[in-house]
Amino acid sequence: MARIDLVDLAHSYSGNDAPPESFALKPVTMTWRQGGAYALLGPSGCGKTTLLNLISGIVTPSRGKILFDGIDITQATTQKRNIAQVFQFPVIYDTMTVGQNLAFPLKNRGVPAAEIAARVKQIADLLELTPYLDRKATRLTADAKQKISLGRGLVRSDVAAILFDEPLTVIDPELKWQLRSKLKALHRELDLTMIYVTHDQTEALTFADTVVVMHDGRVVQSGTPAELFEKPAHTFVGYFIGSPGMNIMPAQVRGREARIDGHTIVLNRNYDGLSSGSLIEIGVRPEFVDVVAPAPGLLSASIERIDDLGRIRFARVRVGDVKLAARVPPGFSPSGDAAAIVFDPAHVHVYADSLLVEGAA
Amino acid sequence: MEKTVDQKAWFLVLPVFLIVAFSAVLPLMTVVNYSVQDTFGNNQFFWNGVGWFKELLDPNTDLGERFLASVWRNLLFSAIILAIEVPLGIVVALSMPRQGWQVAACLVILALPLLIPWNVVGTIWQIFGRPDIGLLGYVLNEIGLNYNYVSNDLDAWFTVVLMDVWHWTSLVALLCYAGLKSIPDAYYQAAQIDGASRWAVFKAIQLPKMNRVLLIAVLLRFMDSFMIYTEPFVVTGGGPGNSTTFVSIELVKIALGQFDLGKAAALSLVYNLIILIVCWIFYTVMTNAGAERPAKGGIA
Repeated sequence: MARIDLVDLAHSYSGNDAPPESFALKPVTMTWRQGGAYALLGPSGCGKTTLLNLISGIVTPSRGKILFDGIDITQATTQKRNIAQVFQFPVIYDTMTVGQNLAFPLKNRGVPAAEIAARVKQIADLLELTPYLDRKATRLTADAKQKISLGRGLVRSDVAAILFDEPLTVIDPELKWQLRSKLKALHRELDLTMIYVTHDQTEALTFADTVVVMHDGRVVQSGTPAELFEKPAHTFVGYFIGSPGMNIMPAQVRGREARIDGHTIVLNRNYDGLSSGSLIEIGVRPEFVDVVAPAPGLLSASIERIDDLGRIRFARVRVGDVKLAARVPPGFSPSGDAAAIVFDPAHVHVYADSLLVEGAA
Repeated sequence: MEKTVDQKAWFLVLPVFLIVAFSAVLPLMTVVNYSVQDTFGNNQFFWNGVGWFKELLDPNTDLGERFLASVWRNLLFSAIILAIEVPLGIVVALSMPRQGWQVAACLVILALPLLIPWNVVGTIWQIFGRPDIGLLGYVLNEIGLNYNYVSNDLDAWFTVVLMDVWHWTSLVALLCYAGLKSIPDAYYQAAQIDGASRWAVFKAIQLPKMNRVLLIAVLLRFMDSFMIYTEPFVVTGGGPGNSTTFVSIELVKIALGQFDLGKAAALSLVYNLIILIVCWIFYTVMTNAGAERPAKGGIA
C-alpha cells in the first residue's frame, strides 16, 4: 500500500550520456495515488514497459528518483520494494503445484508455515483457484497461469503495488473479458495500487480510473477516460484514443475563428495570441462532425465511403486535401458523394505544435 | 481427386533400401549367423544353436564370467563419469557469461576437447600420466603420491575417469548452456520479485527448464561411456590385469585376439540389446516428460 512518486525520472538503455532525444523514457514527474487503478497506454516502443520496469526495480533509472510513500527507493532492489508484477507471458514454477507456486514468495521471506497456509487459502479462494491447489501448475490453461502469477503477488500482505505488463496477450478473447472484470473486482476489494501496461485502448479505458498515455518516451496526457476522449492534451492522444481517431487538420486560427480550405468555422473560445511560428491545427472527434446535405455557406466535402458500425455510421470524407471521418446522423442518406460537414463548436480544439491550447473564454 | 497408382516411386526409395541393407542389415545378419555357429578354422562352420548365449549369460563359464565382469565394470565406469560430468557440466554452464565476446571465447575453449580425435585423447593422457615424463604423473609422484597407472588398478581408473571427464564435460556444459539460454528473462524477474534466493532460482527455474537437455546429455554420455573403447585401450590397454577392460575391449579381445567368432558375435548381440533397451527407456521417459500439455477444461 503506497503512494508512488516519480521525480524527474528518465532512462536511457545506452547510458546517462546519451543524447536526450534518444532516451527510452524522457524526464517525467508524476504521482500515482494509493489505491488507484492506472493504465499506461501507448504503442509499442513508447517507453511504457521501461517505466513499469523502473517502478518494479528490474531496471535502474539513469536519472531521477522514485519514492514509495515519500521514501526514496530508487536504488533499492526489487525484493525490497514490495511490488508484484504480472508479466506478458505467464511465469509459473514448473515443478510446483498451484499451492506451492502461491506459497513461494512467502516461503522465500521466511513466513511461518501456518501463516503461509492461511494466506494461500485466502488468495486461492479470491482467485477461484482452490480446486486446483494440489495440481501441477504446468498443466493449467494460460489464463489460470496468469491468475497464479497474480496470486503470487497478492499473497504478500505488504505489497505496495501490482504491476501488469500486457497480462492478457496470451489469453483467449472470451476469457480476456472475464479476467479483466476479475482484476477490476479485486481492485475494488483489496484497495491496491494497480498499474496496467497495454497498447489496447479498450483494455486501458475499461480497467483504469486514470489512463496515462505515452508517446515516444513521453507522458503526453494523464486523465480519466472521459477527459482523454473529450479533451485530448496532445494530437497523438486524440488520434490514438477513439475509433476512428480524432480528425486533425491544419487551420488558420485567429480570435474566435478558424479557417480551413477557405471556409470559416466559429470557435467557442478566443485564441488570440497564438505564436505565429508554430504549426496550428484544429482537432475534432468524428462523433462531433455531422455529414449533412450540401448547402451554401457550409463546408463542402466529398464522401469517399461510409462505414456502418451498426449503432453508428461514419463517413470518410475529403475536404480539399484533408481526409476526415464524420458521423452520418440517423435517418440521413446522402445522395451521391457531394455533401457538407458541420462541426460542433464546443468540441473543436486548437493545437499548437501538437499541444492543446486553452483559449480564453 | 483420383489418386494415380505409379509403381515408379519404388525406384526412388530403392537406393535407400540398398544402402541400409549393405551398411546395416547384412552385417548384422552376418553377426547373427556367426552367433549360432562354431568354427574350427578352415572356413568350416558347425551349428551351435543358442549355446554361445547360454555360456555368455552363465557366470560359471569362462566366457560368462569375463562378460559379466566387464559389464559391471563398464556400468560402474558410466555411473562414475555421469556423477561427475553432469553436476560439473551444470556448474560450468551456470558460471558462463551470458553476453559479450566472452561467450564466444568460452564456447571455443569448451569445444576444443570435443574436437580432438579419440585416440589422440588417449595418447595425450597416456603421456600426461606417465611417472617418468608426464606432467601429471611426475608431479603426483614428486609430491609424495605413489601414482602409476600401469601397475595400480586404482590409478588406472583414476586416469581413465579423469580423461573422460576432461574429454566430455564440455558436451554436458554446452547442452546445459543452451537450455539456460532458452529461459525467458521474465522468469528471473519474477523470481527476483518473489524474493527467491540464488539456490531457489536454480531449483525452481533453471533445473526444471534444463531437464530436457539434461536427459539428452545423460543419454548421450551413458551410451558413449558404455561403448567406450579407444581412449582406455590407448592408455591402459584394459589393464593392469583386467581392471579397465570394458565391454568393447573384451569384445575385441575375443573376436580378434582369440578369433572366437561365435562367442564374439553372441556378445555383440547382447551388448547391442543392452544399449537398445537403455535407449528405449530414455526415449519413453523423455516423451512422457514432454507430454505435459495443459489439461482440457482448465479454469475459466
